[in-house]
Amino acid sequence: MAENETLALEIRHVTKRFPGVLANDDVNFDLRRGEIHALLGENGAGKTTLMNIVYGLYSPDEGEFLINGKKVEIKGPHDAINYGIGMVHQHFMLVPVFTVTENMILGSEVTSGPSLDLNRARREIIELSEAHGLDVDPDALVEDIPVGVQQRVEILKALYRKARVLVLDEPTAVLTPQEAEDLFQVMHQLTDKGVSIIFITHKLKEVLNVADRITVMRRGRVVGHTTPKESTQSDLASMMVGRDVILQVEKGAAKPRNVVLEIAGLTVEDERSIASVKDVSLQVRSGEVLGIAGVQGNGQTELVEALTGLRAARGEVQLDGQKLPFENPRFGTEHGLAHIPEDRHKHGLVLPYSLADNLVLCTYYQKPFASNLQRNDRAVDRNAVELIERFDVRSPSQYVTAGTLSGGNQQKVIVARELSRPISLLVANQPTRGLDVGSIEYIHNEIISMRDLGVAVLLVSAELDEIMALSDRIAVMYRGEIVTVVDAGQATREKLGLWMAGLHPGNA
Amino acid sequence: MQSSIIGSSAFLRFLKRWGVNLGIGLVVLVTIIWGYIVNDKVTVAVLASTVRQATPLVLGALCGLMGERAGVINIGIEGQMLLSAFIGFLFNVWTGNLLIAVFAAAMTGALLGLFLAFMSVSLRMDQIIGGTVINILALGLTGYFYQAGLVTQGKLQPIALGSLAEIPLIGPVLFNNPPITYTAIVLVLVVHYVLFHTRWGLRTRAVGEHPRAADTLGVNVYLMRYANVIIGGAIAGLAGAFLTLEAVGSFERAMTNGRGFVALAVMIFGRYTPLGAWGAALLFGLASAIQTQLQFFGTFNIPHQFIGMLPYLLTIIVLAGFVGRTHIPAADGEPYEKE
Repeated sequence: MAENETLALEIRHVTKRFPGVLANDDVNFDLRRGEIHALLGENGAGKTTLMNIVYGLYSPDEGEFLINGKKVEIKGPHDAINYGIGMVHQHFMLVPVFTVTENMILGSEVTSGPSLDLNRARREIIELSEAHGLDVDPDALVEDIPVGVQQRVEILKALYRKARVLVLDEPTAVLTPQEAEDLFQVMHQLTDKGVSIIFITHKLKEVLNVADRITVMRRGRVVGHTTPKESTQSDLASMMVGRDVILQVEKGAAKPRNVVLEIAGLTVEDERSIASVKDVSLQVRSGEVLGIAGVQGNGQTELVEALTGLRAARGEVQLDGQKLPFENPRFGTEHGLAHIPEDRHKHGLVLPYSLADNLVLCTYYQKPFASNLQRNDRAVDRNAVELIERFDVRSPSQYVTAGTLSGGNQQKVIVARELSRPISLLVANQPTRGLDVGSIEYIHNEIISMRDLGVAVLLVSAELDEIMALSDRIAVMYRGEIVTVVDAGQATREKLGLWMAGLHPGNA
Repeated sequence: MQSSIIGSSAFLRFLKRWGVNLGIGLVVLVTIIWGYIVNDKVTVAVLASTVRQATPLVLGALCGLMGERAGVINIGIEGQMLLSAFIGFLFNVWTGNLLIAVFAAAMTGALLGLFLAFMSVSLRMDQIIGGTVINILALGLTGYFYQAGLVTQGKLQPIALGSLAEIPLIGPVLFNNPPITYTAIVLVLVVHYVLFHTRWGLRTRAVGEHPRAADTLGVNVYLMRYANVIIGGAIAGLAGAFLTLEAVGSFERAMTNGRGFVALAVMIFGRYTPLGAWGAALLFGLASAIQTQLQFFGTFNIPHQFIGMLPYLLTIIVLAGFVGRTHIPAADGEPYEKE
């Protein structure tokens, strides 16, 4: 009994079935008051499903919940809120055209008579934000504020409803490293005030840094409990994936040969005709990976879009000695350029199309997929079956739409399409963003094996670890300019961090 | 310092949002005053006609915007008006009681609203198809059951609001109207208040913008959608009642004559706000009133068919120019599915 009183939330024997999937299989989980309990697992392991059940969005097939030692029934979000459970969803649940105040009070409105009492609400929000050191402007429209602040609004929304248990679903996925640090501080402040936090993530380093306890899920089951003191990144990774995972990418020394990509004096202007890439010159050789490090929004996106024909630019770009025209994506794909885009939903896949169609997006008009006006369905099919097998895409068939796959499998479809063509240059922009450990390992290995086959690789990533793990040379980008280019062997995290903040190597 | 920056940017945002409308309003106002100086009788007649012509349009627009603010596109307003007009007329013929007839018309609109909500919220049907179903249904039913020779039992008469009606220009235009016209003006204010100043309105708008967000906060998305579409339907029913029980006094086949669709243009021109819709409806009403006057006087040597096009021409211009520039509720037309 005494021990029960220290538990803010207890989940017992929860089972949830979706058609064809056992999303949660007899899951037990408990949360002590004032702790950060990390729920770790790959995408699709059932973490979010479990939390959606706790929050009343799904009803479990079996199982029960205890809050502060008392058995409760949660039939919908309304009940969950009443029991003091708050959830910050991975995709924010904010109305973009509403102000912070309106978003905050929705569903728990303060009124005077029939009217909303926005002034009182605003005062309460300012008090609350000051009490927790979460600075927000109550009158700002949500669509006008940065993602990091939107997240603050989400946390405040839960606190406004007097949440004592806070569920954070992949909260760092959308944050810059600095914003993530701020978030961890906020989490510790909250636990000091007695709030208990369930921290859902698949990032191992974060878990070891902030969690008090760790529960690992795999394929709908809890596969282990541990604490940061008792475990290492590779222990956690093998628990998550169910086999040993090599976190360090294994690669030999690069054997760079001829120059494949030659960029000279490239300038790109964004929508407001402000130069976001300024006079950039770079070379990438066959058989090497050139990594571009930098905080997001320093021109990397525009650079990649210019190279892949998606954006107008000035300057001279040569691919294999041939001039690469701007705003002509097909020229690139026909001359050996492969592109793994930053936003796989927007530029990588046509989500409502089948896998088979997505796999021929670059080549559908060529033989054998088409002859004259006619499309050869059999060839498209055969191609899909072969690539799904070769690139280990987990999918019921080649006919399902790309939108139904998990992020990791979607990325594999893109990789399959791009790398199965004869290519000499691979431009990969944030190739592992939002993916789980297993998929990251897979994609990293593919990139390295492409390099070893003599492909020139231009890798853009906001994850410093990824840049350092894969690159042979590293270029650092800051405000549209290349600060420096160094051999990967000479780069340390600290040096790169300084350069990414704009310090010139001479001064650092 | 900071507040002055926010203040000025809010002012700019206001100008950007409403500048065009304010400009049009100003031009119209100047024209009215000039017209009153030149010829007061005709001006009063045109303006009084404007207010009445605007009535079914603003009622239809209120119906449309309540639905769309909650995320349900309603292109069945035309049908809702038409069937309501017919049922209202029938009740007038049978009972001779205008109040019962108006009530029956509103209930007819509400019932069609329920039908639309069922199709689009519960069955998750394509909402354009759902609205079309209602339009065709109304056209078919009224055409089939209409019998010539039904004799109406009177229509709603103007009520002068005491000494208010004596004010020059404004009095006869605004304060000497039949009941549904008054109701329309009151409804504009009520819907505005409800939508922007009450809990109901906040939830309605949230459901139309981001239903999942509303759902996670315990708001019943389906209930909000059903309720708004049904209440909107009742308002469209009033527009129908206006046609048979207040304006004409009898029923004709397809007598709505596209007003339900013009109401959609009015709603968009008014940027999905009741006050904006009122302004837009008055503008369209003015076009119709001028059109009638021009035909009546025959001052210009233009075939009356061309003059008759005026309101519809305005609709096309408005839709072509404004549709892309208005913020449409983000979840408008998208069925919501609980996971």
